[in-house]
Amino acid sequence: MLQKLQKIISYEEVGIPAREAGFPSPFKPGLEYNSPAHGTWNIVHTGMLIPGAHQIYVCAPNCARGVALTAAEMNEMDRLSTISLEEADFYNGQMEEKIIEGTTQIINDLPVRPSAILLFTVCVHHFMGTDLDYVYDTLRERFSPLPIVNCFMDPIMQKGGLSPDQKLRIAMYTCLKAGEKKEKAINIIGNDLKIIEDCEILSHVKTEGYAIKDITLCENYEEYLSMAKSKVNIVSYPQARPGGKLLSERLFMRYVYFPQIFDYEKIEKQEQELWKLLSISPLDTASLKRKCEDELKEVLQVIGDTPLALDASAVPYILSLAHFLLEHGFRVKRVYGDSFLPEEKEDFQWIGDHYPDLEFYPTMDIHMRTIPRMTKEPFLAIGQKAAYFTQTPYFVNIVEGGGLLGYQGIIHLAKLMADAWNNKKDTKDLVIRKGLGCVSCI
Amino acid sequence: MKQVNTFISTYTADVSAVCSALYEMGGMIVIHDPSGCNSTYNTHDEPRWYEKDSLIFISGLSEIDAIMGNDEKFIKDVVTAAKVCHPEFIVLLQSPVPLLMGTDFPAIVKQIESEVNIPAYFIPTTGMNSYIWGAGEAFSLLAKEFVKEPDKGKKVKKCVNLLGITPLDFSVNTTADSLKKEVLGQGYAIQSNWAMGSSLREIKEAASAQVNLVAAACGLKAAKVLEERFGIPYVAGLPIGSFAPLFWQETKRAIEEGRSCCPYHKVLQNPEEDFVFIGEPVIGQSIASDLSLRLKKTPLIVTMQQIPDELISKGCRVILSEEELKEVLAKAHTVIADPLFLPVCPEDVKFYSFPQEACSGRIYRKDIPDLFLHR
Repeated sequence: MLQKLQKIISYEEVGIPAREAGFPSPFKPGLEYNSPAHGTWNIVHTGMLIPGAHQIYVCAPNCARGVALTAAEMNEMDRLSTISLEEADFYNGQMEEKIIEGTTQIINDLPVRPSAILLFTVCVHHFMGTDLDYVYDTLRERFSPLPIVNCFMDPIMQKGGLSPDQKLRIAMYTCLKAGEKKEKAINIIGNDLKIIEDCEILSHVKTEGYAIKDITLCENYEEYLSMAKSKVNIVSYPQARPGGKLLSERLFMRYVYFPQIFDYEKIEKQEQELWKLLSISPLDTASLKRKCEDELKEVLQVIGDTPLALDASAVPYILSLAHFLLEHGFRVKRVYGDSFLPEEKEDFQWIGDHYPDLEFYPTMDIHMRTIPRMTKEPFLAIGQKAAYFTQTPYFVNIVEGGGLLGYQGIIHLAKLMADAWNNKKDTKDLVIRKGLGCVSCI
Repeated sequence: MKQVNTFISTYTADVSAVCSALYEMGGMIVIHDPSGCNSTYNTHDEPRWYEKDSLIFISGLSEIDAIMGNDEKFIKDVVTAAKVCHPEFIVLLQSPVPLLMGTDFPAIVKQIESEVNIPAYFIPTTGMNSYIWGAGEAFSLLAKEFVKEPDKGKKVKKCVNLLGITPLDFSVNTTADSLKKEVLGQGYAIQSNWAMGSSLREIKEAASAQVNLVAAACGLKAAKVLEERFGIPYVAGLPIGSFAPLFWQETKRAIEEGRSCCPYHKVLQNPEEDFVFIGEPVIGQSIASDLSLRLKKTPLIVTMQQIPDELISKGCRVILSEEELKEVLAKAHTVIADPLFLPVCPEDVKFYSFPQEACSGRIYRKDIPDLFLHR
């Protein structure tokens, strides 16, 4: 049973109606709460996508615990090691040696030489001015040809620059070598979850003779390395844009940003651009669009005027989804998100103009710790945080877009919504698990 | 190199441990940290997070605020939150970056206190101390700042406080209840439980107890403060199985003579090097005492945390590195430990799983035994 603190904060004190909300961050910054919904991936999960790679974190034990137990919960503890920092390391001028010798010991102790080492340094290394070039150069020389990839777990930098997650999506493709002979192949870059198999984009390019390469599908390191031979990189996840662009520049590949979006016109435009870029015949999508509409009508019949709560951990462009569902007659009542992506401004304005009473809620604001998490009427939630904050057993359990792309992505989402309404879920059991889609042994 | 963990995980550290110890006290705990400390804590170190509210937040420290020394933002955010949440007290915790920057927490605490009129404290965590140290500091703070003089100096006869109870050592199974039953079964009343199941109000009255039972090493500092402030003796250990009669005999003596003691020292003399138990030292040595008295077999207790000498019997060894642990385990035929230690055990070892939240978090929670029922 949920135990509340004495001071109960009402929803009215926290939520902001769309008509009054600011963009891109409707809420005042302050101390931060962390909800127990943990299905989104962290850098450990993402790093494990490189087949055979071993991760090493040089950090305080408090930070090391989070990463080590992430790996342990994935049953991948044998692919992660740590070098625990002590206070003296901050002052004794030995940090570089500590990282070099610690990493050396770990590599030498491992029973099998990994395909690559992802060596993560942390916030304090920036502030100490640790000579990371010297560290990596020395290790690369010592263990050549083993790739030693410089990775960061430095969240202190994320408010003014790239997040550790974005940096990793750059670093994890640096093992791909330039100069490989190009093949008729396309890479999907930077996603954590594989794209649905019946996605019309992938099936069409396959029909046109292109191979699809995706780190989520690589079974061995050679397969991963073969991504260097592709001609085009498609990035579907916003956090992977810097990585995708840099890789494309370095390996002379074409770059396409094809995000999950809930807007027929934009999908159509994206698809046309891709066909043009690949010089392949266009795909007739009229039937797919009709199928989307049929599925949405069907799910609307099933759930009726049930209120919907959406959260930004479910899909990257949450306002695009809210806009789309509202246009299709769904009763979207709440959107949970601390800030929105700049490209969502149009959707934000549209919502404010047409549905001024839709409520925005934060997820990290301190009020969210004590806000009532029961609702008068049951919600259908899309996303784990929305499910947690509304304490509903009816929810679509997806993170990071769930691999839903294109028209088929919309069809799948509609089916997932109907299923969520028809089949209750054990919210607590599901949302506390880290890295949805990874093995979770808890 | 002693700081390298190639194969094993990392124990809970001080920041999470303070939060765990103070979780049910109604205070507001703020970790001055960019990100991650709260997530690690509530995911791996705090089984109560989903169902029981507690005001634990991070500051979300940014690079620019750290470099520019913008403590004002931190102060303002804490003050704002305190005005919204009305906590009983405020505790600020330090993470590695503020440590490196030399953030003046004592001054920040004073400023916050003056603005909100709520008692505020700083516990100098670093993210690099052990969980025993962290929880110990938190309990010590309660003992120093909150426990009142008993009414008219009156002590309640046969009344105890239980010190050092957190999910990190006791999980959220029936162990804490079994301990209570055992204590009550001996005719003792329980004044307060530090800190699972007691309110801050009950803990404030702790000085009316006659003796403190230090159930885990993290309770020792508070016991010492209470001994110094109110002359309450303490007894370290858990009354498990065959060790219970000796434990209660020593507890009675501690009350009568006003002298603190650690009864397992009397039992644990010559441990067997091939029989190793890795875990929390007070709990481990209590279990070892039971095994020793019952089976005439004394395991070597290994603790991976720095603890005060007075808690270390002849049957206990403090080991602080994976390297050294491997050397000790190389001689073992039988090991009782958290499953995350399996990768550093010899292949042919007889391994008995004994999970601990401070080691493997929630992974084996379902398998954590009630210490009083499972022998």
